[in-house]
Amino acid sequence: MSMILTIAKREFKSLFLSPLAWTVLAVLQGLLAYLFLTQVETFTLIQPKLATIDGAPGLADIVVTPLYGNAAIILLLVTPLLTMRLICEERRNKTLSLLLSAPISTADIILGKYLGSLGLLLLVVVLVTLMPLSLLVGGELDWGKLAANLLALVLLVSAFTSTGLFMSTVAGHPTVAAMGTFGILLLLWILDWSASMNDQRSELFEYLSILRHFQNLQSGQLSSADISYFLLFTATFILLSIRCLANDRLQK
Amino acid sequence: MTNLITVDHLCRYYGKVCAVNDVSFTLAKGEVLGFLGPNGAGKTTTMQMLSGNLAPSSGQITINGFDLLDQPNQAKRSLGYLPDTPPLYKELSVQEFLHYCAELQGIGKNAITQAINHAQERCGLTAVSHRLIANLSKGFQQRVGIAMAILHNPDVIILDEPTVGLDPIQIREIRALIRELGQDHGIILSTHILTEVQESCTHVQIIHQGQLILSESIAGLNQTMNTGSLQVTTRLPADASLLLTIPGISSIETLANNQLKIYYHVTDDPTRHIAETIIANGWELQELTPVKKSMEDIFIALTQDND
Repeated sequence: MSMILTIAKREFKSLFLSPLAWTVLAVLQGLLAYLFLTQVETFTLIQPKLATIDGAPGLADIVVTPLYGNAAIILLLVTPLLTMRLICEERRNKTLSLLLSAPISTADIILGKYLGSLGLLLLVVVLVTLMPLSLLVGGELDWGKLAANLLALVLLVSAFTSTGLFMSTVAGHPTVAAMGTFGILLLLWILDWSASMNDQRSELFEYLSILRHFQNLQSGQLSSADISYFLLFTATFILLSIRCLANDRLQK
Repeated sequence: MTNLITVDHLCRYYGKVCAVNDVSFTLAKGEVLGFLGPNGAGKTTTMQMLSGNLAPSSGQITINGFDLLDQPNQAKRSLGYLPDTPPLYKELSVQEFLHYCAELQGIGKNAITQAINHAQERCGLTAVSHRLIANLSKGFQQRVGIAMAILHNPDVIILDEPTVGLDPIQIREIRALIRELGQDHGIILSTHILTEVQESCTHVQIIHQGQLILSESIAGLNQTMNTGSLQVTTRLPADASLLLTIPGISSIETLANNQLKIYYHVTDDPTRHIAETIIANGWELQELTPVKKSMEDIFIALTQDND
């Protein structure tokens, strides 16, 4: 366990030694702040009308939910870039043998790498969450909604990171890993569209779609089906990564 | 004396190509084993298998009594491995990198600083300990690699071509360090330079096309190659037929007008006789140099023996 944390800590710190992590944090924060402010402005414009309607959507519905939805789409684009180098680069630079010849198991390496890069994405989530919290200065928030959105986004980035890690373990070149991750994630994201375009809906596609589960959670319906979807998703890719890295030793 | 490493009928195939074929050997404490072979002979593959980076196709490796396959973590704990490309995180400073390595090796928090200082002193890194590895010269990077391998004071140290890319002074220092480490560790060292083996090793193994063709102590190696050669230059042309009559000389090859290469049996060193003969005949001796054996000579000698 301590080995996992050692590797995770190193991975997390190393991200900040290159400009990558700083750029990602700055760009994401800039983009999301813009989107956030747009939503806030929309809310102030329609607020008088909303006041007259009974049971109208509140601040959380108009500002928080779209903000987390946007954050999810931007993270879909950014996660592959953050995770592409995890194992791939180590293998290319031949530094992987440092980890492989140390007295640690393959699972420790993968979990350490996973938690390290997940750390950065969780930092993004925290920074995003600061935005709606700033609304507390002049208004009130639906805490339940906010918590549901937060949970949804945390589960989502866990799943994204595990996919990225797996692709990085499989691929021979970081850009291939990034492209592969992006492909898998986008496919799973839009799977639902094709399902809803036709009249006959495919239940399988609907179940596989990340978007559907994410939106369910965002709406505040905490169903075990949605949560276990994300947990299974994450666990599957982590297990595949461990298997794949262990296979490295058997290279033909 | 118990064996630190026991390798038993090790084989490794890449597809259909056999890189290592039925290699068996042992390493005891206090031995420095030189692993000698030309490029592509299977040295690195063997090292990778010993360090747990590569799974053998068949055969068994035991390190310090632990099977590398069944109890990998216990086995790897007694192992320090420097691959042919040192695995360095270039964005870290020497100090940070060694700290990370120490943590990976499971060195206790209290012992880390001491272990790092000790390794840095031994490898002459104290002065550069706060510089980024990326900015260090290749020689220093190699030293960081060695420091990484000896950091946790392992019983077995495996060094894959540790002196590649170093300048002559650094090579001498590294060789001295290896000899020093060899006193209380078991060391396996791979190289394709024969003098390196002769200078720093106690035992030598020659691997050729995946097979061990020689496994000997250094003294044994010198005996195996029982012919030596001398290069002689004189100012006036020398009479080769007269030199041939000196006892011990087996053959003479004319390299240039006044330059001869003389082959002799090690048991009967004729150097003094040659010098005396040349001076007595007034040919004016200009050069008399023993020619060091190249890898090629040994291979030729060994393969000829096998035929």
